[in-house]
Amino acid sequence: MSTYPLLSLAIWLPIAAGVIVLLTGSDRNAPLARRLALVGALAGFLVTIPLWAGFDTTHSGMQFVEMGSWIPRFNINYHLGVDGISMLFVILNAFITVIVVAAGWEVVTQKVAQYNAAFLIMSGLMNGIFSSLDGVLFYVFFEASLIPMYLIIGVWGGPNRVYAAFKFFLYTLFGSLLFLLALIYLFVHSGSFSILDWHELPIALGPQIWIFLAFLIAFAVKVPMWPVHTWLPDAHVEAPTGGSIVLAAIALKLGAYGFLRFSLPIAPNASHELAPLMIALSLIAVVYIGFVALVQADMKKLVAYSSIAHMGFVTLGFFMFSALGVEGALVQMISHGFVSGAMFFCIGVMYDRVHSRQIADYGGVVNTMPKFAALFMLFSMANAGLPATSGFVGEFMVILGAVQFNFWVAFAAAISLILGAAYSLWMYKRVIFGAVANEHVAKLSDINGREFAILGVLALCTLWMGLHPQVFTEVMHASVNGLLDHVNSRIH
Amino acid sequence: MTMQKLYLLVPLAPLFGAIVAGLFCRVIPRWLAHTVTIAGVAAAFVASVLIFQDVQAGNAFNGPVYTWLTSGDYRFEVGFLIDPLTTTMMLVVTFVSLMVHIYTIGYMQDDPGYNRFFSYISLFTFSMLMLVMANNFMQLFFGWEAVGLVSYLLIGFWYTRPTAIFANLKAFLVNRVGDFGFILGIGLILAHFGSLDYKTVFAQAPELAAATLNLWGEQHWSLLTVTCICLFIGAMGKSAQVPLHVWLPDSMEGPTPISALIHAATMVTAGIFMVARMSPLFELSTTALSFVIVIGAITALFMGFLGIIQNDIKRVVAYSTLSQLGYMTVALGASAYSVAIFHLMTHAFFKALLFLAAGSVIIGMHHDQDIRNMGGLRKYMPITWITSLIGSLALIGTPFMAGFYSKDSIIEVARLSNIPGSGFAYFAVLAGVFITAFYSFRMYFLVFHGQERFGKDNHGHDAHHGDHHHGLAPGQKPHETPWVVTLPLVLLAIPSAVIGYIGVGPMLKGDYFQGAIHVDDALHPALAHFLEEFHGAAAMGLHALSTPPLYLALAGVLLSWFFYLKRPDIPAAIQRRFSALHTLLENKYYFDKFNEVVFAGGARLLGKGLWRGGDVAVIDGLIVNGSAKLVGWIATVARLFQTGYVYHYAFTMIFGVLVLILLFNRV
Repeated sequence: MSTYPLLSLAIWLPIAAGVIVLLTGSDRNAPLARRLALVGALAGFLVTIPLWAGFDTTHSGMQFVEMGSWIPRFNINYHLGVDGISMLFVILNAFITVIVVAAGWEVVTQKVAQYNAAFLIMSGLMNGIFSSLDGVLFYVFFEASLIPMYLIIGVWGGPNRVYAAFKFFLYTLFGSLLFLLALIYLFVHSGSFSILDWHELPIALGPQIWIFLAFLIAFAVKVPMWPVHTWLPDAHVEAPTGGSIVLAAIALKLGAYGFLRFSLPIAPNASHELAPLMIALSLIAVVYIGFVALVQADMKKLVAYSSIAHMGFVTLGFFMFSALGVEGALVQMISHGFVSGAMFFCIGVMYDRVHSRQIADYGGVVNTMPKFAALFMLFSMANAGLPATSGFVGEFMVILGAVQFNFWVAFAAAISLILGAAYSLWMYKRVIFGAVANEHVAKLSDINGREFAILGVLALCTLWMGLHPQVFTEVMHASVNGLLDHVNSRIH
Repeated sequence: MTMQKLYLLVPLAPLFGAIVAGLFCRVIPRWLAHTVTIAGVAAAFVASVLIFQDVQAGNAFNGPVYTWLTSGDYRFEVGFLIDPLTTTMMLVVTFVSLMVHIYTIGYMQDDPGYNRFFSYISLFTFSMLMLVMANNFMQLFFGWEAVGLVSYLLIGFWYTRPTAIFANLKAFLVNRVGDFGFILGIGLILAHFGSLDYKTVFAQAPELAAATLNLWGEQHWSLLTVTCICLFIGAMGKSAQVPLHVWLPDSMEGPTPISALIHAATMVTAGIFMVARMSPLFELSTTALSFVIVIGAITALFMGFLGIIQNDIKRVVAYSTLSQLGYMTVALGASAYSVAIFHLMTHAFFKALLFLAAGSVIIGMHHDQDIRNMGGLRKYMPITWITSLIGSLALIGTPFMAGFYSKDSIIEVARLSNIPGSGFAYFAVLAGVFITAFYSFRMYFLVFHGQERFGKDNHGHDAHHGDHHHGLAPGQKPHETPWVVTLPLVLLAIPSAVIGYIGVGPMLKGDYFQGAIHVDDALHPALAHFLEEFHGAAAMGLHALSTPPLYLALAGVLLSWFFYLKRPDIPAAIQRRFSALHTLLENKYYFDKFNEVVFAGGARLLGKGLWRGGDVAVIDGLIVNGSAKLVGWIATVARLFQTGYVYHYAFTMIFGVLVLILLFNRV
């Protein structure tokens, strides 16, 4: 194991890079700001790679642990560590940051330094969330990460950005206040803020239910689960492309991650008791949202709704308490990072040229942008869960796990096979296929080298994960089995 | 080279061709694109022949290539099962694919998407080979979806045409409905067998024959019945069985070579292959087999009727494909899996031949596909004419030709079967013989015989689905097609004529499949009874002279000759007399209308309702913005007390003091 504080580097390096980028000041230094941001993002990504390379797949506990005292009076520590559940998300987050900086390269021309700095700082904060083992530290990162996202939507967003930014902020803030209450309750009972200590804390079923519900509200808003999902389409529509990519690829994973780190291990009995509720909400997300996605006229809204439906698979997978379900959900989370990130980038590519996200304003894009059309096809198919793409693996695992759990749950979940194909390919048909629809489409230029590189890298990731998912799941096995053993042992 | 490497070569060689032709389709010259893909498929074909011989010598193989995924106690692998069933499919797929590749050089020579087309058909060959070579359900599903993807890409090959991009979306979605059942079937297999590996699953199947599943209330369903029906729903999508058949006629929007390869010879038979592969499971559920035979019989009969009224040359062949797929499904339902595979093979040859010949006619007619504009083409296109005749004779079951052996066997096993529904199936396949003969020769006579109706500049009709909306100019004559087109016709005509005679003995009677197909002779004795009466190919051909199918087929041919060459006024009169029936057939029994209104329209309506009613009105309108409004309202009320006027505050204070004094006085 490495002796370097890798996790601290993964958190503070992007934040430091963000601060340096901020120092370049006004847009006169925009080229410098971009280059510094890219270097910072790449460095941030490189330092996370040893996490995977040096990961011990046989060990179910925390690795790369760092411990330092922070506020001794309340036993609050700077306590970091990752296991097979969180490690890949740190890397995914650092990777997506590189993509985002590259995605805004020529497109963002206003307040360039501040834009890039916001993403770098947010990246570091979100790595903090995935690697915190102390409740207060987690909470600080969890809340702090809201601020850059709020600014990104509020400053670089679309015409209705203020409404969307407020909706996003209030929705998520409301959730986290209850979360804080739960943390304080746990501290009072255990005398510690260590998340790992809380896992071992025996709590009666009654309080467990309250704790679970407090967590649920905080995390459900983030995921987002039905019915607290309506902030997401608005936030996506108003956010700039980079904001949408981070929102979909990483920010939505925070809530889902919270379920695995807090809800299941701390309140295992309540998790079992309330599993039917969770499964019902997940299935509503899959089916109800699938239908809603079908009729969207705005491409970003459509992909935003499809994200909610895909996240429904994640929460469904968690609450079946089987390895296939939980690992399928984790695979789905990573895959969704690649695929939805790519989908939002594709929409951004078209928006940059035509300045519209309405499906009706397009048609026949393949005639003028054939390279783009081919890559967009791959991601649309991945969004529809086609085998050999990453989108298939998680859905397949969760549906198979669901059949074991209950045939009718699987039946409802499998409807997404039809709905996912319907909304993804119907949009693709109307936007890409057909004769050239108008003079905007006729004037389109195909993707440039930068855009091709971004989509190409994401395409390779999507195919890699689809063809050889074992690479991704083998690091999860020990930790997921450990978690399930822990949860199930507390039941019986 | 070891055999394992040869197995890998079979799918990877076409994949390599597809990648080269696909990634560099804008850079490389046309000759390179077709050379690299044809070389890949040819290599796959040669390797398949070698593997076939090796397997016939008794060297079957079952093993993994790599571990795809492990999770919990489950292990999902990519691997190959090479047995006689696999090698039969490999030979059919690679041979027909090779013919289609060569043919494409001629058919697509003017198309700007030439390289892309070669990339797609090689990708298809790879996907189909992965499907048939799989040794587990996961890889089967991969191949299953991958062929669906390529089918989607190829139906929509001419992506600017609205009909083409409607048809490909429809094909994909209808197939997804089938896959919905299929994945649930796979899920049930994993949940109850603990593995997706064929060998493990089949070995455990007899132990689970009595297992039940509690689906609803106190009702207990046989596990295997539910599983097999779920799997068969997948087959219904891919193999276009009623009611999931609706995508296949529309798929004719794609270029003709792929109609031959994908929508006739290979991909649509994937469902048939899959059920034959799962024979150890289906044998344990008579209920599922009964479901299979009834669906197959409905498809065989009712899709045949639709072939009668089609005027587009490709659509006639397409409905004939649907009907023949129904025949194969009937054979599956009668537990005669080997007969189904036998018909699959003979059908692959003669149907690919008929499609490619239709394509040749379309080239000769300058992309006019309406058979009402043809006639007398035999003079101008002799090779196409003779090969079409061979294909049509094989299709209608002329004794000693390929289709005869496979089709007569199906009729016999349907007659001998004791499965519930087999009586109806026997009637359907028997009546189907007459209908098949009638519509096949209706097309044959209208295209190759009779009056020359082309070159009259009458393209105002609406049933026109021409590839490029051309047609012969007045006075222009059709012409025979170049050798790259006619060579595949000739090479396909040979097996269409003789493969039945050669194959029937070994494939049905002998130990050809070496246990790859399992039939419970005690429970489902139809095939065993049939084989007791079987005394060689020659005897079967002669015996046909005394059985009804031959005379039904003859009657069909004669009637079409009389109707369409002798007295063309009669069909027109019938059409007028029975206009309601004609309208029903013209609208394809209203399946499309129903799906469009109920499913597509219903889904959109539901989506709009949930969105506008649920998300916008209730959640956002009432709860989110409502609570914001509530806060705003409370603030407005609270603001009333903070007017900023000193005398208001003074008055309030005095009033408050008075109230307090009163309250305390009472105490």
